[in-house]
Amino acid sequence: MPYTFQFGVIAQYQNEILAGIWMTIKLSVVSIVLGCAAGIVLASIRSMKPGISRFIVDAYVEIIRNTPFLVQLFIVYFGLPGLGFRVSAVTAALIGMTINLAAYSTEIIRAGIESIHKSQIEAGEALGFTKLQIYRHVIIMPAIAKVYPALCSQFVLMMLASSICSAISTNELAASAAFIESQSFRSFEIYIVVTLIYLALALAMRGVLALLGLWLFGRRVARRTAVALPEVQA
Amino acid sequence: MILRTFGFSEFGFLLSALVWTIILTVIALGGGGIIGFFVALARTSTHKWLRIIAGTYIQVIQGIPVLMILFLSYYGLSLAGLQLPPLVAAGASMTIYASGYLGEIWRGCIQSVPKQQWEASESLAMTRAQQYRYVILPQALRISLPSTVGFAVQVVKNTSITSIIGFVELARAGQLINNATFQPFRVFLAVAALYFVVCYPLSQLSRWLERRLHVGSHR
Repeated sequence: MPYTFQFGVIAQYQNEILAGIWMTIKLSVVSIVLGCAAGIVLASIRSMKPGISRFIVDAYVEIIRNTPFLVQLFIVYFGLPGLGFRVSAVTAALIGMTINLAAYSTEIIRAGIESIHKSQIEAGEALGFTKLQIYRHVIIMPAIAKVYPALCSQFVLMMLASSICSAISTNELAASAAFIESQSFRSFEIYIVVTLIYLALALAMRGVLALLGLWLFGRRVARRTAVALPEVQA
Repeated sequence: MILRTFGFSEFGFLLSALVWTIILTVIALGGGGIIGFFVALARTSTHKWLRIIAGTYIQVIQGIPVLMILFLSYYGLSLAGLQLPPLVAAGASMTIYASGYLGEIWRGCIQSVPKQQWEASESLAMTRAQQYRYVILPQALRISLPSTVGFAVQVVKNTSITSIIGFVELARAGQLINNATFQPFRVFLAVAALYFVVCYPLSQLSRWLERRLHVGSHR
């Protein structure tokens, strides 16, 4: 039986789609800011002398990176209420995305910090920098500049992974698609449209992050960011 | 109504579902490996159009969520008039997903074989196929091992997404048991622990391979 595609139906639901896009963007931006900040802090702890705090950070990173995002969401959304914390679907999605992204960015930034040569720090000391100045100008900023493309790829992956939050009824873009599908029964059409929207979001995000890199770190880093594809972290 | 509690038989059910997670991973890596291999070859081809097509394929697959690949293959296959079990849709989507990433990973590996190797084999009058078969691919294979194993971890984790279309693998089994026992924290921690048991050794293996690869090189 030949199938007639009807994309026109979807136009009626543009408000749902726009609301979904907006929620996806909000979730991504907030979790990226929080996750990246947590990543910087945790990677700094990780690069200190071996000890209990370093062990805890390592354990956290390994546990998050070796379990699926979907199961992490289930634990936050279905598990936390059992312990007495009731969270809404949006809050659960935010918590899940942030703890997930924090682990990955910790690992990426740690690699950046480790790549800073000891002589750089000694040079900083020789110039009379304070500990804080060395930490900021010699360690953290160059480290992030080095790993910025990998970090951005991870951000884009996180935005795409936010679609999984629809499984815990967070009303972002993928959930809008499911809703429209249940109303119009035009499943294939709606998923094609939403897939293209995700693709556009991913490309736009890579562009914005490249501009941010240009502003923060200069031209070389920005160009690498624009062409970088997600790296696979072991 | 008597609720079941999370005991041995429930854990056994999780274990049997873990088998499906592993089967799906093997399908994804097998199928994705074959397609990804040709994508990588096309990406490094001397024909401009092959490179562009393969590059676009990779960009698209890496620019859309796995969930959307899953839905599109699920509804696409049923539109084609095929009434197939979820395993086929799940396997197909995981294969497509893996092929996009493996193609890009292996492209990098092929290109990281030093250029002199190409030139040397060319001067020995090898055909392009012979160059790949005897000179380039054996070296690229060695380089590709750590990142391929690392990517296998991602595949194991992402098979959990197929639970959304109702394929009963580990994550879905966890949901089913949670519905029967109402002990979400315990159930999903057990599910997470099982994933960890599979993924952590793979991660460590990948890291070990990575270290071994760099023995003797100045990095």
